Amino acid sequence: MTLEHVPDKRGYYGRFGGRFVPETLYGPVKELEAAYRHYSADKAFQAELRSYLVDYVGRPTPLTFAKRLTDHLGGARIYLKREDLTHTGAHKINNAIGQVLLAKKMGKTRVIAETGAGQHGVATATAAALFGLECVVYMGSVDMARQALNVRRMKLLGAEVKAVESGSKTLKDAVNEAMRDWVGNVHNTFYSLGSALGPHPYPEMVRDFHRIIGEEARVQIQKAIGRLPDELVACVGGGSNAIGLFYPFLHDTNVAMTGVEAGGHGIEGGKHAARFSGGALGVLHGAMTYLLQDANGQVSETHSISAGLDYPAVGPEHAYLHESGRVTYTYATDDEAKAAFRLLAQLEGIIPALESAHAIAYAIKQAPLMMKDQVMLVNLSGRGDKDLEVMFA
Amino acid sequence: MSRLKKTIETRLKASQKCFVAYLTAGDPGLETTPILVHALVRGGADIIELGIPFSDPLADGPVNQRAAERALLKGVSLSQILDNVPKIRDLCPQTPLVIFSYMNPIFAMGFEAFAKKAQAVGIDGVLVVDLPPEESLEYRAILNAHGLDTIFLASPTSDENRLRLVDECSSGFVYYVSRTGVTGAQAQISTSLQNELAFVQKTIKNPVMVGFGVSNAQQAKEISGRAQGVIIGSAIVSIIENSKQAAKELEDFARSIRNGLDQ
Repeated sequence: MTLEHVPDKRGYYGRFGGRFVPETLYGPVKELEAAYRHYSADKAFQAELRSYLVDYVGRPTPLTFAKRLTDHLGGARIYLKREDLTHTGAHKINNAIGQVLLAKKMGKTRVIAETGAGQHGVATATAAALFGLECVVYMGSVDMARQALNVRRMKLLGAEVKAVESGSKTLKDAVNEAMRDWVGNVHNTFYSLGSALGPHPYPEMVRDFHRIIGEEARVQIQKAIGRLPDELVACVGGGSNAIGLFYPFLHDTNVAMTGVEAGGHGIEGGKHAARFSGGALGVLHGAMTYLLQDANGQVSETHSISAGLDYPAVGPEHAYLHESGRVTYTYATDDEAKAAFRLLAQLEGIIPALESAHAIAYAIKQAPLMMKDQVMLVNLSGRGDKDLEVMFA
Repeated sequence: MSRLKKTIETRLKASQKCFVAYLTAGDPGLETTPILVHALVRGGADIIELGIPFSDPLADGPVNQRAAERALLKGVSLSQILDNVPKIRDLCPQTPLVIFSYMNPIFAMGFEAFAKKAQAVGIDGVLVVDLPPEESLEYRAILNAHGLDTIFLASPTSDENRLRLVDECSSGFVYYVSRTGVTGAQAQISTSLQNELAFVQKTIKNPVMVGFGVSNAQQAKEISGRAQGVIIGSAIVSIIENSKQAAKELEDFARSIRNGLDQ
């Protein structure tokens, strides 16, 4: 199956995506799309965004050869794309700076965001402070407890963090609450959505703000090894860091790509967030995609040790890449992610976010099966300071 | 002519307004729903909206969210709700029944299976909150083929072109959302609503029912001046949540709305 240019005009990636929103949000989503189209073609906006990414975020982020990890595993050479080294410590800032700058251009005075691990919340709060906008972040109370450090950071940055007590009290419920806020405040509020999810144009816009990850990595790896890598690896919650890395390589047919979902306690017991292993087609938060749900169409409660992957749906472009066969999706369990977290710290002096540790966990399994002259490029999407309490609990 | 259309026309011919009552089906239990619907109809509700509980009701305020949670805790599903409709029909043979749902429960059942079953048990119309007209081609074709009216939302953020599109895709009535916000009672009706409704009336051919935030007889009366009727939801769901004699209270409440509209 050949890859088409996606999304189409209606926001579809094959049969995935679209714009399933209540009528009140349809106008605002169209307004957002028009503004996004305008500014993505506007050279001054792009130059301004670029200068923030360089001078404030700290791009380009390095590509690090993980020598001791490579030697330890005895197979493919492993390179890490160091999104953990961005300002605020995760890739999320690329998108947050882009969206909040767009909000400012659109004349909005207030930004809202949902957050799971807190990284998108911190990134949005940071951008809102930088651009002088009011900021409200919705976060499930379960996630507030397990990512307490990020809650303090958001508050220090001047954001109001609103605890979400409905449903599973995690990321999906935070998205519900942010959408409710948006419905009620569309006149002055911009919804800064943190992953490649939601109604069109969000999945496309979020991808485009993150594709710089893959664009940089593509240049860096060729400089390092004189060719493209054999395999790209990234963790997939909604899928923003993964699509950012994968997108610029999609037409490089010799580059394999693997997305790693959260396997939680394992697929058999149902306590996981591996949508491609247990999900079915459905509609959540504005898009048609793979969704963990019961036979009656009620959305399932997910489990992952990492708050950022603990979400029942996956971005529609990933659903498309899965169906087209271009990207392979697998999962790593909580225990595998914890082991990867420790191993990377001990061998490379890098403490990964628990989300990113899922990608490392796959590398630990896969690299030894590959030849020594093969190269695997793993997106280290964030740093793990926020996860120390969970790791030492 | 559909039962929905006939019911609305009868009211309008008598120079009266319609009263659409919403409740969450299966809250507090499947067995009570027919009794509560019957109470609303006895009090003067013309049309009943059966809310389908959903795990992620992002257009709903806290009252309807809690109702959905209560129903889901009891394991209530769309399929059970449809199976239960004949019991409502026994008590209220002529009242139009509208399914009010989020997309995913209907999508999971399959449009064809849903439409067939809904028609068989006597459902008259369907409204899917997160299904805008642009995404509804297949859905409308299948539902209309089974004689079901498709109702769409219009809101203060819908411009003229969208109002026309919503109108074209709708049959039975158009549900006008009175304010930008989630469902739930409000103390004050938005001051711009009368002007918005005047514009909506000029643009839309279908009857227009106004909901979201309408909670008492005075508001109902005020709003219905520029529409064909009102929709009341959260106020009803609140009574069901809080009352020990919900059926009696609902009947009294519905009567107060009816009287307010008829004044």
